[in-house]
Amino acid sequence: MEYHLTTPLSKEPLKALRAGDVVYITGEFITARDKAHARMAEYFKGHRQLPFKLEGAAIFHGAPIVKKEGEEWKIVAIGPTTSARMNDLEPAVIGHGAAAIIGKGGMGPDVLAALRDNGAVYLSMTGGTAVLGARMVKKVLGLIWEDLGMSEAVWLLEVENFGPLTVTMDAHMGDLYEAVRRRASENIKDMRL
Amino acid sequence: MEDRLIEETAIALLRRSVAVLPPDVLAALEGSLLLERDPTAKRELERIIANVKEAGACTLPMCQDTGLPVFFAKMGFAVPGFEEAVARGVRRATEEIPLRKNAVHPITRRNTGDNTGKGMPYIYYSFEASDHIDLTVMPKGGGSENMSALAMLNPSAGIAGIKRFVLETVVNAGSKPCPPVIVGVGIGGTADECMALAKKAVLRPVGSRSPEPEVARLEMELLYAINRTGIGPMGLGGDTTALAVHIEYAYCHTASLPVAVSFQCYAARRAHARIYKDGSVEMGGE
Repeated sequence: MEYHLTTPLSKEPLKALRAGDVVYITGEFITARDKAHARMAEYFKGHRQLPFKLEGAAIFHGAPIVKKEGEEWKIVAIGPTTSARMNDLEPAVIGHGAAAIIGKGGMGPDVLAALRDNGAVYLSMTGGTAVLGARMVKKVLGLIWEDLGMSEAVWLLEVENFGPLTVTMDAHMGDLYEAVRRRASENIKDMRL
Repeated sequence: MEDRLIEETAIALLRRSVAVLPPDVLAALEGSLLLERDPTAKRELERIIANVKEAGACTLPMCQDTGLPVFFAKMGFAVPGFEEAVARGVRRATEEIPLRKNAVHPITRRNTGDNTGKGMPYIYYSFEASDHIDLTVMPKGGGSENMSALAMLNPSAGIAGIKRFVLETVVNAGSKPCPPVIVGVGIGGTADECMALAKKAVLRPVGSRSPEPEVARLEMELLYAINRTGIGPMGLGGDTTALAVHIEYAYCHTASLPVAVSFQCYAARRAHARIYKDGSVEMGGE
């Protein structure tokens, strides 16, 4: 099935998504990778208010190459980074309201449980497709935590029909990566070498 | 020879490599799309190919991870200040192209902001009597590099042991190195030499076979087995997990059987230049 969603994401349409479905998103992306996740964790610990809204948010594990043209930031290239690096920190982000996590490679069992508990999903973007990614970003809406550096900072991006994204981990414990990995392990067990 | 020429060539190589996928890699991707049966895998391959073509047409980095600058230099003569000239090229390329700033101190994690630092760019050297320098760049992405593996097997493990280790490494890597991958396999040598052999194997053009029949056969058998795992493009299932398996080997200690695996993502970027003593430069070719 193919779905077109708009941010902020509400729970009902996300519940319908199953691993293997295709999604396009219009609205806002919040980029966050290693350092931004670590800082979010500090904020949660200190019960401090984040400088952006997580409720219904789409968190993109992406680090753009950016260029400043006059006063405006322009995205040169943006694609997904390996999500598993954020495994330890993601359940809290999902617990605080993030509704869709977008990246590549899938995430661990704790994240899968967090998705189920909070009715959220994990979506995969084709790795490396940074030129196509940049084309789907309409505007840079904001730059937060600039001190983390251009590629680690949080970028607020306006995206239009961002996709196709594959639902690879759904809110019902469906995990496409795990299914493929299990099958691959079975496949090599039987191989005569 | 002016080291300025080396610097300019390094920039030109980086500029070309991050935007233009070598034709052998693109052809392999297009070929695999024809054979792929899985609809999700087909869609992934279509996105990959569309992105690669768009990047090449607009001279934009095809992936936001423009990698670490790894160079291979085959030298026919010495150029004073060669390494510094390559490093200057990397620094300027980082600003001018631009490249993502990826090089950090391994302990403090401080980013130099210019993709250089102690030991970086890394340059593999080989020497050969000629009137030119062959300089190749391979921008190496982190996602695929993180899946590298080395095993010091017992010699009794034999060919089956080698195959088992390579297959398990590929399955363990799963989606992370951005399949369909090029699998570089190093066999023999010492531990460090074995890893270098695997890395050099990745650089070979896709579709090339080892000139030695028993090695070529192992390459083909491994490629067939890897594609039967069903990991597929981006690890979402399908027929295309690897575009190629390349093996390089070296003689090793009678007590040892080192095996190393180096992955290259489908964005198997590389660019080559030949720099002549008279200052002329030829870009392209392998």
